[in-house]
Amino acid sequence: MSYQFKDFHWAKDIRINNYLMPRTLDEALGFLEEYQGKAQVVAGGTDVISQLRHRDLEVETLVDITRLPDMDGIRQDGDMVTLGACVTHAQTALSPLVREKAAILAKGAGSLGSPQIRNIATVAGNLVSGHPAADTSIPLLALNASVLIASKEGQRVVPLTEFFFDKGRTAIDCRKEILIQIKFPAMQSNQGCCHLRLSKRRSLTIAILVLAAVVKVDPQKKIIQEAAIALGPVAPTPFRAVETEALLAGAPVCRETIERASKCAYAEAKPIDSAVWGSAEYKGEMVKVFVKRGLENALIEAGAFID
Amino acid sequence: MKKVGLSFNVNGKEVDLEIHPNTMLVDLLRDTLRLTGTKEGCREGECGACTVLLDGLAVNSCLIPALKAQGKSVVTIEGLAEADGQLDSLQQYFMTEGAVQCGFCTPGMILNAKSLLERIPDPDEQEIRHAISGVLCRCTGYQKIVDAIKAARNDKGQTPQG
Repeated sequence: MSYQFKDFHWAKDIRINNYLMPRTLDEALGFLEEYQGKAQVVAGGTDVISQLRHRDLEVETLVDITRLPDMDGIRQDGDMVTLGACVTHAQTALSPLVREKAAILAKGAGSLGSPQIRNIATVAGNLVSGHPAADTSIPLLALNASVLIASKEGQRVVPLTEFFFDKGRTAIDCRKEILIQIKFPAMQSNQGCCHLRLSKRRSLTIAILVLAAVVKVDPQKKIIQEAAIALGPVAPTPFRAVETEALLAGAPVCRETIERASKCAYAEAKPIDSAVWGSAEYKGEMVKVFVKRGLENALIEAGAFID
Repeated sequence: MKKVGLSFNVNGKEVDLEIHPNTMLVDLLRDTLRLTGTKEGCREGECGACTVLLDGLAVNSCLIPALKAQGKSVVTIEGLAEADGQLDSLQQYFMTEGAVQCGFCTPGMILNAKSLLERIPDPDEQEIRHAISGVLCRCTGYQKIVDAIKAARNDKGQTPQG
């Protein structure tokens, strides 16, 4: 793949005329309507500011949603865990609730960028940016999360399995809509999960490969009832290995099942060559290794014994 | 382009300014307020030289529109010393342990360490290395920097005189 001049050279300044900080959701949606596509939502801004400098994004006005009320909580609501739109990666990584009920999300959040980025970048923003290797998007995809999106027309719920359209393109239009909440089922005692990340160093890197796996076993812990396997970057969007998941559902807990799953995931993942983040061949081989290792760890965590 | 009002606290002092909405926090601090201790390196959030504390949290000021600081408090490296000029123990130990070479990363290293010690008063080596993982130093092997933070951690009011 080739690089363009602008990939290595960018502008010092961002070209915006207004930076608005609404105090209510209605006011924020009102601004978006008023500016008719010339305003865009921003939260932590670590992606948006960088895109503005690279001129990958042209927008006149930014609407900062971090001062809206009720957007910063991490809560358990019955069997569900909810994250407000302005919850940062640092808050997620350190949250005792997330660590207990969604350990893969805490690990993913703790591996993004650097401490300074994690202190301000939001998990919702990680979803909206739509990067195929996004560090919290992949665990959330494996957790069957959904997002609540507000607009002038009302609110709608979109499951993450229908949220990612293409690289950098998602179901949300940030010039009209605001992602206000992320929701996913809390993990149960018959479930286990595993998060694996391959990168050149531990900080300030985009991952070469990320895997998030969640498995559910039967009461005897001999059968895999359900499995969710999310990977990235092996497609233009964060990827769910649905064929592998279908193969695992109802399969016995044994070495052969894990072996078959890793081969199936290798066949359905479609990584591409990157000069910086590894060849397609290498990433394909690592998909096999990660699926195997991830399933083993997740099954052990669920209390299963692998024959 | 019309200017807008910004009020925030910098190093304990209330500041009221009129700024353009596209002003970044790092430029406001350096060019307008002349607090040049905050460095600008990559301007991409990669190097950590521009680190400041925003409401106590370490952030990259190059990625933050200045208006985001509205009503908040910002601490830069200039804000660590006491009013009488007495340096913070981290600053003292960075000198006595030889943790400063060219000095460009030093404000970012010290502010990230400061934010760590406020959260975890007794960090282990891994926690220290993790806390400074968002600041690049191209002079040293990081060892002296880690040593200085360890020394500040172990300090019980016995700060050496630089």
